[in-house]
Amino acid sequence: MTVEEHARRYPAVWRRFNPRETLVRYAWYLGIMIVTAVSFWRLDITWVYMLDAHIQAGDLLFRMYPPDWTGFEAVLGALVETIHIATLGTLATVLIAFPVALLAARNTTFNTLTWTIGRFILVASRSVNTVVWALFFVAVFGPGPVAGIWAITARSIGFVGKLTAEAIEEIDVGTVEAIEATGASRLQVLWIGILPQVLPVIYGTFVYRWDINIRESTVLGFVGAGGIGILLYSEINLFRWQAVSVILIAIFAVVVVSEFVSATVRQRIT
Amino acid sequence: MSEATAPRRGAKYPTTWRRPPFIENPLFRYGSVVLALAYLVWSLGFSIEVDMARVIQGLDRAGNMFARMVPPDFSRWELLYRGITESVLIAFAASFVGMIVAVPLGLAAARNLAPLPVYLVARFIIVLSRTFHEIVWAIFFVKVVGFGPLAGVLTLIVASASFISKMLAEDVENMQPGQAEAIRATGASFPKLLIYGITPQVLPRYLGVSIYRLDANLRHSTVVGIVGAGGIGQVLAASFSRYDYDFSLAILLVIISLVFLGEIFSNVIRSRLR
Amino acid sequence: MLEISDLVKTYPNGLKALHGISLAVDRPMVVAIIGSSGAGKSTLIRCVNRLVEPTSGRVVLNGTEITALGRHGLRKARRRIGMIFQEYNLVERLTVMENVLSGRLGYVGFWRAYRRNYPPDDVAAAFEILDRVGLEGRENARADALSGGQRQRVGIARALMQRPELLLVDEPTASLDPKTSRQIMRLIVELAHERGTPVLINIHDVALAQTFADHIVGLRDGRIVFEDGSDRLTPAVLTEIYGEEDWSTTIRKVEEDDEAEGAEAAKGRDDTESGVAAG
Repeated sequence: MTVEEHARRYPAVWRRFNPRETLVRYAWYLGIMIVTAVSFWRLDITWVYMLDAHIQAGDLLFRMYPPDWTGFEAVLGALVETIHIATLGTLATVLIAFPVALLAARNTTFNTLTWTIGRFILVASRSVNTVVWALFFVAVFGPGPVAGIWAITARSIGFVGKLTAEAIEEIDVGTVEAIEATGASRLQVLWIGILPQVLPVIYGTFVYRWDINIRESTVLGFVGAGGIGILLYSEINLFRWQAVSVILIAIFAVVVVSEFVSATVRQRIT
Repeated sequence: MSEATAPRRGAKYPTTWRRPPFIENPLFRYGSVVLALAYLVWSLGFSIEVDMARVIQGLDRAGNMFARMVPPDFSRWELLYRGITESVLIAFAASFVGMIVAVPLGLAAARNLAPLPVYLVARFIIVLSRTFHEIVWAIFFVKVVGFGPLAGVLTLIVASASFISKMLAEDVENMQPGQAEAIRATGASFPKLLIYGITPQVLPRYLGVSIYRLDANLRHSTVVGIVGAGGIGQVLAASFSRYDYDFSLAILLVIISLVFLGEIFSNVIRSRLR
Repeated sequence: MLEISDLVKTYPNGLKALHGISLAVDRPMVVAIIGSSGAGKSTLIRCVNRLVEPTSGRVVLNGTEITALGRHGLRKARRRIGMIFQEYNLVERLTVMENVLSGRLGYVGFWRAYRRNYPPDDVAAAFEILDRVGLEGRENARADALSGGQRQRVGIARALMQRPELLLVDEPTASLDPKTSRQIMRLIVELAHERGTPVLINIHDVALAQTFADHIVGLRDGRIVFEDGSDRLTPAVLTEIYGEEDWSTTIRKVEEDDEAEGAEAAKGRDDTESGVAAG
């Protein structure tokens, strides 16, 4: 083998990507950078405020210390209401989300029209933030926890329904085929063949969403929909930072506990 | 079990069968039902103050509201356009920065990479920032840097960084140790290990989660405005408090279609990453 | 009993799976359908109870033209046809008993099914069948806690609960080890003969088909290329069905097997057949 042949068969240069691929990659990087830069530039941010941000933050934290525990009983009451809003809202969600999921799953829906309706409900529910839903329900039911419960429900239907619909689409078709082959009615196929397969997913998403909803319901009070947010909002407006820190500690405790509960339950289900 | 099988010794087979209960112990079984009912009675009946008259009146009001919402009013489209653009820009800016910040934070929060003190600090930061809702963070940043989009960007940076880094840390913890071990066995240093042993395993999901977060930020950027942190939320809250429900509906429709488009976009990109 | 005539199935993607199949099963016997993957075995069996909708042709079971039935009539007809699947297709999270009783779903209303409140006769029959398939005492086990062979026994029990006039069996052993496969095949054949139920069975394994079936139908590209007693299977026939290959070893192995297990099975078959004739 001559030197040239050897060099041809065993080249000394190896590249992971060919030049075109490399170019495309760098184009992507550049594109992302430009989008980010343009976003910051177009936002007209007053950067000067950033200069003393650390002083402001320090000052705020300094004023929050030490926590003022005198109003703790009211905080506890508001906290209980927050948990109620999340729990009742999530319970109502499951009742509504399952039928919607049946419509939105291709293998259980009736026709294209019902499928579109199901999908639209899920998308609309998810696109609108819980707080925006709360704005709406406060306008309907007036301020208070009822608006909060409905806001939680309205937002969670999309979440629970989407995951349930996906689970329904992924069930074992063989089982359904076997139940159909016994001559079972449509309702029986649904109950015996489909529901047992998706039940774990429903339980799992219920607990998961409940945990998220605890977090969401802590701020519903900002727009008047009940829970600890009302208290937090008024204390902030009164600049009573030491009371604010008590509320934040309480929220922290509840959220951490609920996350732990939810993770434990989900682990035991699957 | 024994009393269930006993009658079958004879020629005849039992003619009844009960499904074994979900919870074996009858005390727990009925106890949990009673507890659930008690909770409902307690929460609905005593704990939550429900003004029934107001709720019933609400149904009436809802009809009224719908009447005033339709048709949606797009006449103030300039205000709407400015608000939406601001929301989108906030989402883009915050997603990118959050994505970058999440890398060191996520690696520090992976137990199999970071030493214990670093791990604990990183985990604490993640838990703390995830605990508080975006709106609470938005209030904090409004107090610190004043009203305007900067507070919104900072809020969503905190939210995205904590979300992405938590996912990243989980992925790093769940990766196959053999691959990293093999790279380490070649005598690679930590940065090289990162590039060869870890990045290939976690990169696709990291990018996927980041793009999902862009989509989520788009949704959240519509609410940080409610407490004055920029974006369409401010306009939306104002329209509700001024009873301009037809304008509210216009805003909501734009948000829904924007989020829908964002979702399609993110799904397309994520499916191509796989 | 079962009469299939000119059955054609063309899938929406243009794939022609069956080209005018005609087949008659006029006495209680086990008919094995063999053929390579994609020959249309599975489509043929599913066209009988219309899990796959045939494009044209007729399927008549004991005087009922299944291919002419509407939704409701089809459901009634399906109650009379038991089906056993390759992947067992049990409802994994339900108990063995619920799976077996699901064979009666066509006969109970929704609320009875919902409350798992089946008629006493059905429950007794279920216990009896569980006993017969060798799952005595396992009624409260969850289906996903069983081994493959046990799951298939539950699948058989579910099909028999329907007191079927015809059993459709789709690759019952493809997911099982060789020993369990033989046990399952023997069980199906014994039960079919005990009850005088005709069986249409798809099977990959030529040796098993030859050992346990009375009659063999060879399918190639959606057409029947062989139909005769299982003792008439020769290398030439297998070449016709599957294409060129050295078949002598397959056949010889079967013949050797026949001396041991086949003889035993054949004996059992003779007994039951004479029993049927006498009764």
